[in-house]
Amino acid sequence: MLGNLTFDALPFVRAWHSPSINEIIGAGAGAVVIIGAICTFALITRLGKWRYLWTEWMTSVDHKKIGIMYVLIAFVMLSRALMEAVLIRMQQAVAIQTPGFIEPNHFAQLFSTHGSIMIFFMAMPFLTGLINYVVPLQIGARDVAFPSLNSVSLWLTAGGSGLMMASLVVGEFSTGGWSGYPPYTELNYSGGVGPDYWIWAVTLSSLGSMFVGINVAVTLYKLRAPGMSWMRMPLFCWTSLCTAILMIFAMPALTVATLLLAADRYLGMHFFTDSLGGNMMNYVNLFWLFGHPEVYILVLPAFGVFSEVVSAFSSKELYGYTSLVLATLAIAVLSFTVWVHHFFTMGQGANVNAVFGIATMIIGIPTGVKIYDWIWTMFRGEVRFTPPMLFSIAFMVTFVIGGFTGIILATPPLDYLVHNTLFLVAHFHNMLIPGLLYGMIAGYQYWFPKAFGFRLSERWGRIAFVCWVVGFYLAFMPLYVLGAAGMARRTQEVFDPTFRPWLIAALCGALVLFAGLASLFIQLWVSIRDRHANGVPVGDPWDARGLEWATSSPPPEYNFATIPHVSNLDAFYWRKRNNGAYHPADHYRDITLPGNTSMGVIIGVAAAFCAFGLIWHIWWLAGLSVLIILGSWIARSFSRDTERIVSAAEVERIDRAWLAQAAAARPVPRQLEENAANEGLAEWMA
Amino acid sequence: MDGLSGPEFRHVGLNLQDHPSLTTQQVESNIFGFWVFLMSDAVIFALLFAVYGTMLVGTAGGPGPAQEFKIGPAFLETLILLTSSFTFGMASMSMKYGRSALGLFCWLLVTLFLGLAFLGMELNDFAAMFAHGAVPQRSGFLSSFFVLVGMHGLHVTAGALWIIVMMVQICVFGLDARVKINIIRLGLFWHFLDVVWVVIFSVVYLQGLMR
Repeated sequence: MLGNLTFDALPFVRAWHSPSINEIIGAGAGAVVIIGAICTFALITRLGKWRYLWTEWMTSVDHKKIGIMYVLIAFVMLSRALMEAVLIRMQQAVAIQTPGFIEPNHFAQLFSTHGSIMIFFMAMPFLTGLINYVVPLQIGARDVAFPSLNSVSLWLTAGGSGLMMASLVVGEFSTGGWSGYPPYTELNYSGGVGPDYWIWAVTLSSLGSMFVGINVAVTLYKLRAPGMSWMRMPLFCWTSLCTAILMIFAMPALTVATLLLAADRYLGMHFFTDSLGGNMMNYVNLFWLFGHPEVYILVLPAFGVFSEVVSAFSSKELYGYTSLVLATLAIAVLSFTVWVHHFFTMGQGANVNAVFGIATMIIGIPTGVKIYDWIWTMFRGEVRFTPPMLFSIAFMVTFVIGGFTGIILATPPLDYLVHNTLFLVAHFHNMLIPGLLYGMIAGYQYWFPKAFGFRLSERWGRIAFVCWVVGFYLAFMPLYVLGAAGMARRTQEVFDPTFRPWLIAALCGALVLFAGLASLFIQLWVSIRDRHANGVPVGDPWDARGLEWATSSPPPEYNFATIPHVSNLDAFYWRKRNNGAYHPADHYRDITLPGNTSMGVIIGVAAAFCAFGLIWHIWWLAGLSVLIILGSWIARSFSRDTERIVSAAEVERIDRAWLAQAAAARPVPRQLEENAANEGLAEWMA
Repeated sequence: MDGLSGPEFRHVGLNLQDHPSLTTQQVESNIFGFWVFLMSDAVIFALLFAVYGTMLVGTAGGPGPAQEFKIGPAFLETLILLTSSFTFGMASMSMKYGRSALGLFCWLLVTLFLGLAFLGMELNDFAAMFAHGAVPQRSGFLSSFFVLVGMHGLHVTAGALWIIVMMVQICVFGLDARVKINIIRLGLFWHFLDVVWVVIFSVVYLQGLMR
């Protein structure tokens, strides 16, 4: 009935049998998940909010709500994975010539979940959330091209995240790292349920991401407002488009890799085994054929955010718009040509390595173009050092350092010296923390007032900025030193006492980064508390440029009372300057919106249960879940009542109320935007 | 020539010329989205072909292509699947020009029948291979063969299920806009499977038997 599931799978039982610090940490983590879940359920029940949550959020297909839910998932998972990072650093700092407090198997699970979560369940949901929220607003659309598919994508990601959480409470996670290389992750060497958790969680998220890619690409191709030609799109739309195209073409490689690994583990096949004709290099190629473009899936949306933020807070048009677009396209194309640099040392020969090393270095050119464009945008601009701008500047400096170490790693002979050391770990954190996380945080702070109608506390934003930047340098610069000195990555116990000071410095850095995360939560709390003082209902708090600022904050569910016509780049900025903003429409029309559907939730939850059944060999559960998925999909195709109409009168009422608010608001010059006087109506200065 | 590139000519059977531009835009993005999905699906097949190519040598002393593949059934399967693509084309034509939904329904039924015949023959081939001990667990080569060809078979199964759903929907709704859009997408899917099979026939069966 329950397959391989036994009581020993529960960490509490294991901790009871052998109460070591290691097991108690495991049980504690499991307890946090369970207590967190119970508290959430109890709180929602107590507040009587289940119906509201179900009708307004869970079954919603509104791209704005889906975007917000994605970002919520990202923050929850970021909290868990960052705590794991602190634990990893603690273990290494104390385990010098002693075993420390985390046993090897548990330590291996820690770095595997840390990596898997940060990539698939923090970074991907975060950028998907921002894209989902912002892109339709920026192109003047009412929603994405496939709203219910959007809901399915969200719930597949949520299902995968749920599996990651379940692995803390039921059973164990993979010890094979975030990339899950066979033959180590094959049954012969890794027989438990860990790799299965990894396989199915990643498969769910990669399917979800592929759907997101299709949705975003089609939205951008087909739903742009009249007059918005390609070269009038905001840069965030360009980077989102390239990200979407990368998702469409790169995600299938991951799906193929994980499913073939599953075929080996479940059906006894021989794709990646070390006997009977298996070829593990195929896995490495497949994985990085996804994994390298993935790096650019992660970094391009952040580039888009920086472009918007730097332009808005420098009060200048983006310098070199065309070159930024071309650089984005070049990066997207080149990203498919460099995957072999992830395994220079695996014996493909010097010529292949040389080609891929040079291809890798070529990516530095368009990236450099971008950095210069952002600097030129700031040059002679009226720069305001708001938190998003601070994160953008920190990105530019830090990312360039990461780029230099990337050139070192892209040189095959040098890569032979430092591959699989902490030098590599330092390098990719050096790219992804500024190049992804700073961008996501900047975007979150920049667009938050749009989504919720009030500004985030700038003071706590600055505190978070200091923590994230100081923490980053403290945590990762020592790893460069350690890596150059030869300390292997994923090491549970360290034998060289000279490493001690560097490891302690890195631990301090991890703690400061944790303080950075805490500051973000405090910022949210403080801002919600002071939301009335910081309200920006008119919707344009930063004197910004794109169409997303041309509606109220938060925007009405249909985004725009009338679809705007676009005649140039920075359409809203132009309209403000030419007195074209804040006017009622000549004529209001009925607006057709997609209706709510429970299909997304049902498919996502059933997929998670299907995966859980597969992990524990509970075949009836897996089979039943597949039937439910197919059934709800087919049932949805029979539904003809999928739309809902907002009447012209209702649209007019909402629009005129907002315009009256704008007329009554006091325009604020951009120097005073962090002041309580900012109601979201920027003063029109030349 | 300009008139021939309008949406009413690109999407057979939708007869879009009488619709407002908003509906046309909606239909365009619905069908374009499915093209994009097919591109993604094509990447999956491309990678499975690549894996198959590298694993031709991984027979581990077990049965190889020349012993196990039979040109007769494979050729017949090809003919059946190509014919089913033709009958789906007839279904699309009768959706465009037919006066009732009956012609469309019948052509879909024929296509379904041919699809099921193809699947039956394929399963029969697999069973024969299993009987010789050529099971996917035997070697890396056989694993990749069964996954590549089986993946195509799985797609045909999904297509067959989709045809059944559409036949029911034609009975329930007649030819409303959503049914028509879905039949256009189903058509793209079915023809795509045909293209993939042509590559399987050439790369897997013909090449395997030449060696």
